[in-house]
Amino acid sequence: MSGLVFAGSAQLVAIDLWTEPAPWMLLALTALTINARHLMMSASLARKLGEFRPWQRLVGMAFLADEIWALAEQRAAWGRLHPAYYAGVAAFLYASFVCSTVVGAIVGPAIQNPEVWGFDFAFIAIFLGLIVGFWRGPATGFVIAASAVAAVLVEARLGGVWHVLAGGAAGMTVAALLVRHQARRHP
Amino acid sequence: MMLDTLNLAAICAMAVATYATRVGGLWLLRFVKPTPRMQASLDALPVAVLTAVIAPSLFKGGPADLIAASLTLLAASRLPLLPVVVIGVGSVVILRQLLG
Repeated sequence: MSGLVFAGSAQLVAIDLWTEPAPWMLLALTALTINARHLMMSASLARKLGEFRPWQRLVGMAFLADEIWALAEQRAAWGRLHPAYYAGVAAFLYASFVCSTVVGAIVGPAIQNPEVWGFDFAFIAIFLGLIVGFWRGPATGFVIAASAVAAVLVEARLGGVWHVLAGGAAGMTVAALLVRHQARRHP
Repeated sequence: MMLDTLNLAAICAMAVATYATRVGGLWLLRFVKPTPRMQASLDALPVAVLTAVIAPSLFKGGPADLIAASLTLLAASRLPLLPVVVIGVGSVVILRQLLG
């Protein structure tokens, strides 16, 4: 499953839903909703794929996991996003994801308390580091605040499927409103 | 989990659905007009989505996680990504031990 689907959060939820025989429609719908956030990620990358041939775009998007997207965005913020960089990140992450799933399946039962090792925090730390790299002044602060508030509220109300879309939409709206504000001040 | 035909079909259905979300954004952007406001919101998209992914789990995390997050942010303003992650994970392990 890790090899074909390559989407950790959707896989974790799917394992909870899995019965015999497999409810394949439900599982596909689950993958669709949980990964709906990738719509926003690929939409954002779409403008930065100038160096990609069409087939490279279509193949590349198959590997658009959260972390790969985040590193690609960081690269695009510095300069041009080259297919070779993207392929390197994707290949390494894909290989380590599949390998560590296998290792986890073997040694997982021996680990009683994953939180003690802080593995869960590595993901948060990477994202925090990347957010700092995207700082472009106070406007970024408003975007971050709007996104965080919307994501926390939606997650508390609806559970953990829609908060990424809600936060992304809230942050984008704030950015759009700020543009109008600046334009009015400096005509 | 037995790997019979139906389970494999379900995995393939999940793979197709996931790929659809990942390639769908490219297709969506064909219909977007590049107005200044649209540009600004697309420019803000990465940071908004990065924030939205982690905000709920940080919000629910205990004091140890919040202090570690602050240390991570402090480190991130000075250091490259790899040491930042090491500092973040290291501080969360220590703080969770101390604060429970």
